[in-house]
Order: sequence, then structure tokens, then C-alpha cells
Amino acid sequence: MKALLSLAFASAWNRRATLGLMAVSIALSVVLLLGVEQLRTQARESFSQSISGTDLVVGARTSPIQLMLYAVFRLGDATHNIRWSSFQAMAEHPAVAWAIPISLGDSHRGFAVIGTTAAYFEHFRYGDRRPLAFATGKPFADIFDAAIGAEVAERLGYRVGDRIVLNHGAKDLGLAEHADKPFKVSGILQRTGLPVDRSVHVSLEAVEAIHLDWQGGAPMPGLSIPAEYVRKFDLAPKEITAALIGLKSRAGVFQMQRFINQYKDEPLLSVLPGVALDELWSVVSIAEKSLLAISALVVAVGMSGLVAVVLAALGERRRELAILRSVGAGPRVVFMLLAIEGLMVVMAGALLGVLGLIVLNLFAAPILEAHLGISFTPGMLSADAWQLLLLVMTTGFLVSLVPGYRAYRLSLADGLTPRL
Amino acid sequence: MVAEVAHSSTSPFAIDIRNLVFQWPGEHGFRLSIPQFLVRRGERVFLQGASGSGKSTLLSLLGGVLLPQPCHMRVLDTDLTMLTSSARDRFRVDHIGFLFQQFNLVPYLSMRENVLLPCRFSKRRRQRALQSAGSAASLEQSADRLLAQLGLDMTLARQPVTALSVGQQQRVAAARALIGHPELIIADEPTSSLDAGRQVEFLDILLGRCDDENVTLIFVSHDQRLGSHFSRTVDLDKLYGVAPGSA
Repeated sequence: MKALLSLAFASAWNRRATLGLMAVSIALSVVLLLGVEQLRTQARESFSQSISGTDLVVGARTSPIQLMLYAVFRLGDATHNIRWSSFQAMAEHPAVAWAIPISLGDSHRGFAVIGTTAAYFEHFRYGDRRPLAFATGKPFADIFDAAIGAEVAERLGYRVGDRIVLNHGAKDLGLAEHADKPFKVSGILQRTGLPVDRSVHVSLEAVEAIHLDWQGGAPMPGLSIPAEYVRKFDLAPKEITAALIGLKSRAGVFQMQRFINQYKDEPLLSVLPGVALDELWSVVSIAEKSLLAISALVVAVGMSGLVAVVLAALGERRRELAILRSVGAGPRVVFMLLAIEGLMVVMAGALLGVLGLIVLNLFAAPILEAHLGISFTPGMLSADAWQLLLLVMTTGFLVSLVPGYRAYRLSLADGLTPRL
Repeated sequence: MVAEVAHSSTSPFAIDIRNLVFQWPGEHGFRLSIPQFLVRRGERVFLQGASGSGKSTLLSLLGGVLLPQPCHMRVLDTDLTMLTSSARDRFRVDHIGFLFQQFNLVPYLSMRENVLLPCRFSKRRRQRALQSAGSAASLEQSADRLLAQLGLDMTLARQPVTALSVGQQQRVAAARALIGHPELIIADEPTSSLDAGRQVEFLDILLGRCDDENVTLIFVSHDQRLGSHFSRTVDLDKLYGVAPGSA
């Protein structure tokens, strides 16, 4: 066995340029496969960490997934709002411990503006029930105060005390600006890896105030209410987009859900975040599964390349196999020689791939976190990733049997005199 | 150097074949029959025949790579027809050294490693190689000594075997066939890729080594001129009736 291994190694070393390239191509395919798998699990984890401690998410009647997308992930737009009176009715319900109103629709240079109350900073939880915390400053106190997320501050270079102007609408069209009513940055939140990092938080009253002289999505011609006079108006919110609700006891969640879904005054929808996330995930999983399938195909391409290379070289090695036969190597030894050679390349490729992934993690983790809000824990492979790696190696082993078997047949047919 | 006694033998023949019939599979498969073929121990036999005369088949039969139909076949007093395929593989490396036409060396092994190949697969060859080199010597020293006896300078050891000339390669192959004192050496046209001058030179060296170690030599070639160097010449066509099935 020792003789066999050293022979196989010498043989592989002899063709190290070709086999090395094969190992690299397998390594790259392994990086892709494990990378996709890692992205998948971490994205999932980071999605499911984006809200915790909230028992119900409430919005106008739509699909649960859509509600989750706009209320929690700030993706897409709400089609309808809910009345402030409905929110108050829910907030005052005896089973409810706290309620956070969310009003969406405005933006600041591409970042979403959220109208809410102090309850947001008090009750919102994410990850392992972590509360929001301020890096500097404090929550909004005045009407024209804004608490901004970590990424907004970082990207736009804002500090506490800076003045900012909000845009009307979710998209940054650069046309309709609430330029007459600038906001002052009152605080910057700590980084969370959530949509919160990319949000500008203002009070519900502020949302009302900047729209006082607006109608139908545009400033009313001839009417302009200066900022200093807005306080004279009734700034009580009339509508909000969604609400997050925490109950006194989780046991009452279905009862509360029924109360909201059958609310008499307007059609409402309440969803359990966990259930909705699962549903959301079942939609996304089609995409992620196809991505995984493509990566698996790339691995298969790498493997078949390896087989092709080893098989192609086999033609030139028939004389070598005959020499080995003449010095007592049986067909089985020849089989093992070739199989070991293929397996060595696969192992080297898998090992290189894992190393490559770790290096890539170190470089890519901060970038991914900044751009996608996906928090990466570099270094460790997940159990699923190990399983995939094991699968790759098993496939590699099985694939290595192909040239082994071919060599076995050849050496049986050729004996000591290869027909060339 | 009378280590051959180690092999318990009473017969004076290294090869003793009677009424051998071999048929390649298939309806029109090549058929070969040998009524009788005897080679004495220590004899140097020149097997002469054109290519296509079935010499490859005969060599494969002698080496135990192919099996004939049941018959009387003894190589070094061993009935190869009674052995399993792995036992035949072991017998081959234990007792027979092979020498081929050209490209005789494993390209990715060094000169010395090529010579020591049989010792990797055979404990018997390893022990006998160590014995002949003296008690304190290593296998490598034994290989080096043999290479020196065959006229190969050890300065060649550093370069890859593929960089050696054909003549040098054939000498390395001869050293591989000779190491560990196999009782029988089967050479299949080892000189055909050498020019006439080198042919005789190589043959002299090979025969000299075989004489020194009292090895039985079967030397196959289509080149009749070489026959004069051997104690006996056997014409393959006379040895057996070659009957291509299609004829």
C-alpha cells in the first residue's frame, strides 16, 4: 500500500501542471458551491434575525409576504394604509403590551424614511432579542429631529446636528423635496445588520408636518406653510402604513390575530412574523435551490474535466502500465493507482476550495455586510456545508473509479505488450 | 553465486511445456499451440520470429499474464495453470525479469527507482538484492552497483530517465530485470531500437550479467544475425503451428 501511494504520488507529481490546473478548477467549483450555500444560510439567518420579540405585524389587507417585505424589510411599497384610529384600537387592546406604528413613503437620498414613535426604540428587538441602541445622540425629541441608521450616517457622512432634507416618495427622483422643512440629526443608531441601518427615523408628527401643504403627492400650488408655523396645526397622524405589536402573553396571539383580521371598521391583516418568514422563504427557496443546483453542476463539470484529463493521459500510459504489470502489479493495483491519483486531485481541490472560501470570507464579509446587510460570520463552515463537502469528496471518489476501471480493463487486455 | 538452490527444484528445466493450446476469445481468435518447448536452467535461448508470429502471446503465457487451456506447463517447476491470478502476479515478479523493446522505464521515477521497482512489489527480490550487495548495504547501493556493472555512470542519476539515451534506458531496464536475481529473464526485442554497434555492445553486457548470475535467458528477436550469440536458436514458426482462425 505504501509502495502504491508513493507511486501514485510520483505519477501525479510528474503531471503536476495539468493535474494542478484540474485541482484549481475543482477548488473554484467548491468555492462556488460552498459560497452559495453559505450565502444562503447566512442570508436566511440574517432574515430571520431581523425581527424578534414582535408577536404580530399588522397592515392593510394584502398578502402576508408583501406585508412582511414592506413593513420589516423595507422592500416594495404598501398599497394601502391603515387608519390611526384602528392603530389606537389595537394599541389599547388589553392583551397588547406595546405597539409600534410605522409610516413609510418618504425617503432621504435613497434611504427609507420611517415615521414612528419612541416606542420603536424602546420595544423593537432583533437577533437574540437585542434592543436598538444609539452610537451617538438620542432618539428624536422635536418635530424636525431625525434618528438615522448606522449606514446612512456612514455613507452620507452625517454627524449629530447635521441638517438634512427629505424627499417625497420612496424613490430618489430629485424633484419633489421637502426643502422648506429641513431635519436635524438627533442621533445615530448602532450598526445592526438590519434595514434599520439604512433608515431615517422621524416622528409621526413630522411626517404629517411635511405634508401639510401637500396634496396628492405634490406641493399645493399657492400654499406654503413655513416650518415655524406647523406647530399651530393639528399634527395628529391620520394614517400609518403598518404596525408591530407585542403582546403581554404569547398565548393570546391567535386570539389577537383574529381580533385584528376581523376588525369591523376597516380590513386589516395581521401575520405572525415567523410564519410569514417561512412562507417568504419557501418563495425564495426556489431561487436559492436553482443557484445551488447550478453550483452543483459546476462541480460536476470540474469532475468530468478531471476524468477526461486522466483518461486522455491513460492512452499514453499503457506502456507504463505494462511495465508495472511485468514487475508484479496486478490489474487491481493498476486500478488503485489510477483511482488514488484521481482522488488525490479531488482532495487537493476540495482542500484548496475550503481554504479559498475562508480567505474569500475574510475579504468579502465586510463588503457583504455593508451592501446587502447580510451579517457574515467568517471562518466556520456550517453543518450543511460540511455535508456538501463530504458529498463532493464522495462524488470525487466515485468519479476517480472511472479512470481506475478503464486502466484495469486496459491492463487486462494489454498484459505485457500494449497495442499502440 | 549459487543462490538458485534456494528454490526447491529437481527438474533440470526452467521451462517445460507440452501440448499447450491457447485460443484468444472470439470465433476468429488467434490460436496458438506448442507441442513441446523445453529450456534448460541456465540456457540462453534465442527465439526468432517475425512480428505477428505470436511471440507476444507466448511471452504473456510464460509470464502468467495469460492462461492456456489445461495442459502440462511448468515454469521454474511451478504449474502456472494452478495458480490464481494474484499468485501468478507474485510469481512473475519473484522469479522473472522482463525487458521490453523500448520505453522500458516509468517516466516519473528516477533511474534508481526504476531499477528498484521489482523490489517494491516482491519481498523475495528485495531480500536477494540485499543479500548480493552484502549485509551492510542498502537497496539503493545494490541498485547503484548493478547500474555500474552495466556501464551506467551514477552522474546520470540526477536527470530524469526520459533524458537518457535509448541505449542508456535499455541498460537501466536490464538492471531492473536483473535486480534481486530472478531465475529467468525474458527479453522482448530489447535491441531493436538500438543501432547495430550498440546492439552487440548491449547484448554482450546482458549476456555477461546472465553468465555471472547463472540466469536462464529467453531472448526474442526478428533479427537472425543476433542468433550467433546464443547457445541455441529456436524458430517460432517451427515451435508451433500458428493458425489464424480466419485462414
